[in-house]
Amino acid sequence: MTFIEKKSGLKVVGTRPIRPDGVEKVTGRAAFGADMSMPGMVFGKVKRSPHAHAKILSIKTEKAQALKGVLAVATAEDFPNIPSEEAFMGEGPMNFRDLSRNCMARGKALYDGHAVAAVAATTEAIANAALDLIEVEYQVLPHVIDVEAAMAPDAPLLHDDLFTQGVEPKPTKPSNVAKRVHFELGDVKAGFREAEVVVEGTYATAPVHQAYIEPHACIANWNADGQSHVWTSSQGQFMVRAYCAKLLGMPIANLRVTPAEIGGGFGGKTLVYLEPVALVLSRKSGRPVKMVMSREEVFRGTGPTSGATVWVKLGARKDGRITAAETVLKYQAGAFPGSPIGPGCMTGFAMYDLKNVDITGYDVVSNRPKVAAYRAPGAPIASFAVESAMDELARKLGMDPIALREKNAAKDGTKAAYGPTFKDIGYVETLEAAKTHPHYKTKLGPNQGRGVASGFWFNIGGESSAAVHVAEDGTVAVVSSNPDIGGSRASMAMMAAEVLGIPVERCRPVVADTSSIGYSFMTGGSRVTFATGMATVQAAENVVEQLKKRAAMIWEISPDAVEWKDGKAYPAGPNAGNFEPLSLEAIAAKSGKTGGPIGHEISINAQGAGPGFGTHICDVEVDKETGHVTILRYTAVQDVGRAIHPSYVEGQIQGGVAQGVGWALNEEYVYDSKGRLENPGFLDYRVPVASDLPMIEAVMVEVPNPRHPFGARGVGEVPIVPPMAAVANAIRDAIGVRMMSLPMSPPKLRAAIDKAK
Amino acid sequence: MSRTHVSTVINGEQTDFLCEPQQTLLDVLRDELNLTGSKEGCGSGDCGACSVILDGRLVCSCLMLAVEAEGHSIQTIEGLATGSKLHPVQQKFLEHAALQCGFCTPGLLVAAKALLDRNLNPTETEIRYWIAGNLCRCTGYDKVVRAIQDAAAEMRAEKRA
Amino acid sequence: MATLTYQAPATVQDAVRILAGAAGLAKPLSGGTDLLVQLRSGRLKPELIVDTKKIPGMIGIREVDGGFVIGAATPGAVIGEHAALEKAWPGVVEAANLIGSTQVQGRASLAGNLCNASPAADSVPALIAAKATVVIVGPKGRREAPVESICTGPGRTSLARDEIITEFHLPKRPPRSGDAYLRFIPRTEMDIAVVGAGVNVTLDANGVCREARVALGAVAPTALLVPEAAAALIGHKLDQATLDALDAAARKACKPIDDKRGTIDYRIKVAGVLARRAAAIAFERAGAHR
Repeated sequence: MTFIEKKSGLKVVGTRPIRPDGVEKVTGRAAFGADMSMPGMVFGKVKRSPHAHAKILSIKTEKAQALKGVLAVATAEDFPNIPSEEAFMGEGPMNFRDLSRNCMARGKALYDGHAVAAVAATTEAIANAALDLIEVEYQVLPHVIDVEAAMAPDAPLLHDDLFTQGVEPKPTKPSNVAKRVHFELGDVKAGFREAEVVVEGTYATAPVHQAYIEPHACIANWNADGQSHVWTSSQGQFMVRAYCAKLLGMPIANLRVTPAEIGGGFGGKTLVYLEPVALVLSRKSGRPVKMVMSREEVFRGTGPTSGATVWVKLGARKDGRITAAETVLKYQAGAFPGSPIGPGCMTGFAMYDLKNVDITGYDVVSNRPKVAAYRAPGAPIASFAVESAMDELARKLGMDPIALREKNAAKDGTKAAYGPTFKDIGYVETLEAAKTHPHYKTKLGPNQGRGVASGFWFNIGGESSAAVHVAEDGTVAVVSSNPDIGGSRASMAMMAAEVLGIPVERCRPVVADTSSIGYSFMTGGSRVTFATGMATVQAAENVVEQLKKRAAMIWEISPDAVEWKDGKAYPAGPNAGNFEPLSLEAIAAKSGKTGGPIGHEISINAQGAGPGFGTHICDVEVDKETGHVTILRYTAVQDVGRAIHPSYVEGQIQGGVAQGVGWALNEEYVYDSKGRLENPGFLDYRVPVASDLPMIEAVMVEVPNPRHPFGARGVGEVPIVPPMAAVANAIRDAIGVRMMSLPMSPPKLRAAIDKAK
Repeated sequence: MSRTHVSTVINGEQTDFLCEPQQTLLDVLRDELNLTGSKEGCGSGDCGACSVILDGRLVCSCLMLAVEAEGHSIQTIEGLATGSKLHPVQQKFLEHAALQCGFCTPGLLVAAKALLDRNLNPTETEIRYWIAGNLCRCTGYDKVVRAIQDAAAEMRAEKRA
Repeated sequence: MATLTYQAPATVQDAVRILAGAAGLAKPLSGGTDLLVQLRSGRLKPELIVDTKKIPGMIGIREVDGGFVIGAATPGAVIGEHAALEKAWPGVVEAANLIGSTQVQGRASLAGNLCNASPAADSVPALIAAKATVVIVGPKGRREAPVESICTGPGRTSLARDEIITEFHLPKRPPRSGDAYLRFIPRTEMDIAVVGAGVNVTLDANGVCREARVALGAVAPTALLVPEAAAALIGHKLDQATLDALDAAARKACKPIDDKRGTIDYRIKVAGVLARRAAAIAFERAGAHR
């Protein structure tokens, strides 16, 4: 099933040990966000706007406060009103003024589900009853959801202080268009003149949710002196600490955040919703406050990704060489600016070596929950359009779709449209592996079709910390700064074990809280195995140097005369001395006498994350009478750099494919005429179930990233990028109908089939 | 609100608890009995994360009132292993990496056990339809199905032995 | 806060008496797979829940005079495991077994599925096509009624507040009979039916249909018995002309709505498709090619 190119004498990296946190997970003992309790704990609940767009005229809380068992009520009044000048604090793109208003509405409710107040009470039932006693007076306003409608000149405006950035002259009237971005390379007009074949189309996608199975959950405890502790299911304990401190105006050191085990995130847990509210309720009530979202709250109140429209135009010569590529992307941001329009613009064409490119993108607010990151944010939408257009181009040229991509593939030295020049990338290798895979030659029957699509994601590095500590018996603790959303702690232990030369079972990882390890950027961007792995390796290497020094001390020779191999110190050569090798255990046992505890913590800003590429092949069968699509076969080829733990790399690929298939076929937000969400549950928000999918063949191609000690590159996000176009292209192949809007649900397919007759 | 005294057997142990009429079995397992292995993913019977086995039948504990459990026998994820000996399906999930975040895992394991208790030779299709009520967002189900197939094979071999 | 109370009477008379005497909203509980969801969402705010599962006869399946008596609270999983029932009424059994997931099947009952009165209930079209009846017990005693008389609109039944269904009756089958139920859902499982079609036929020795009943679900406020669709089958073999006539009759009978699960146009078209496909299976099961 896998295709790993190089095995260079590694003993642990590349093997498939049982993950160290596995037994706790299969016995139900692992503690997720809602599984913990604190003594004296009370329960918090959120009151949410039932209107898509409304002025909040007043909030009366007296009746709720009077209910027996209610200990605190909170509204925006209890949060600092962050002025515009301080909206961006720190180095990231997060607008804290907007984030504060998203966690608790101030002045306006901007979507059905927007938090407007919260209570803490001794039982959940009392808290829920108290919500009904809070009286909110709304002035309902016209709302707008669809991105094109939100861009129209007469659209209802969400913010009267939002002026489009990136257009000249600077606008004087507010708009729902927060930002326009533009990237350009060469001369597209000339490129299109040179083209002998042109394809053009407008594609639309519906908003979809990350749909992690674990709803958001946290416990916050604010002590009387302001020192606080938050236990939370999150993708970044340091992010929670920073965001809560900023939103509440508290010193960062006063807040300790412990990451719970996290039941899925996919980007949706890279910001805060409940934590600042729970802290405020804890402060006001004097008790620890537990808050858990219901599934309905998750859908109504947390950020999905954008819905969008994307116009694409491609021009090529008859030999398949693309001469011009142009696209305009319009992404919904939800209630506040910040859709992934930037990455969307940058990734759509990144697989291709293009000389003439013009990319324009718009970030547009509308009355939906504020968009949050979702696995390769922005890229799947752009690739749905571009890869569908590539398929049309291949058909018009009479070329095999893989051959067309090979003709234009980005290689080492290709300058990407968004700026950097690629080095050590594996896109061509994925095309080759796809082309030669038996799947590509499998015979198809009636109403069956095959689609191919490619995808790209940058992957990031960034700030990470790690520590490696040797215990008195020579076993090792590997301390990681990142929540484990995909098996990363196993990989940390494996990399440390590889460097130390000891069995992985003697290397036990833990994910630490914000007070117990140095700072780390959150788990996301497919960065943990790369960046936190790099930190772990460096910490382990430092420990190896310390071990060599201790051996040298014991042998009374120079440290330069000691080498480390297979978990033991050896004299470096016959001249160094005739000493028996010293194992890690032996050195650890003497550590007190040779200088004290052996360990090292390191904080780095990892550079050199390698981008990832994937090529997918999808076979479908279409029931033309009902429009039902069955996925028959799916092969996902991806350049993974080096698979530290191959099973978990395969798992990332398979999981990304499954989410992409759901996005392609059935997932979408359905709104009524008042802008209320009609499907805030798993009954009518249709994620793939086990019987919807076949086995997913994950093919790992290894083109190592030389900037990581073991060649790793991020893998988690690439696999969600190609599936929507792969499925759409397969449907086109099966029944001759090009679906240009997602999801490609049965009613839409049947309508398209009937129209084509 | 008056509380009802309910008498059940949970994971082979006589277990009594007090509950209010509107509390579900899941509420009681997690909030009264500290058996937090069963999870709430949706509260409406659509995700299977709360799966338990009631008198040998696979059910969603969020779709039962706790009072309905009177006189019945319940098995939760906490009762799958025998002491420190994992059930074959738990062991195979680990070997096949059939879990990533692990949140849906207890429900899936209980569902798998319920299947293997009645059918030690399920086809891939039978497995997929049996566990269709257990949503997983991380794995794409591939390794889950393989783990269940492998557990079935091991249990068949044990039975022959 | 509304106070919820729960009772689990040991006899049907006790259950009727409790329901009759209830001050506020009282709901019978069998499987609970719809009721608990509605309690949780706040859609229903009963003051009393009357659990019927302790009443003798509410759970279990008996063969009587060649027909079947199914206790109203019998879980779908139990229905699916009854070999004789499955042999005689494969359409009814497959319909009952399509309700929800394996977990839901462990609890969901025919009474709940019927009395919840969702237009899309899976077991109802198959029961109507099978000419099933229900036994209803109330203060005035016991009565029997056809399944199709129970649902009067979405969420509404013809039952009085102090009546409960105790049994479902399936009649004795003539030889060369077969039934089938198909539903359309967007995924392969876990969805509410967008369209459901139940077909029940009896053929003569030449494979010509002598009796037929066709019922459609999710295309009207209640499941529909469609006599015109049955008429298209009676007196014919299942050839292309018959299939076309069946398709047209099914489509004509639909009165669907646009909602988050399907459009009017789509439901009408698929009703015809499923009627044809269910008829083909029913004819096959009846021994059309023997």
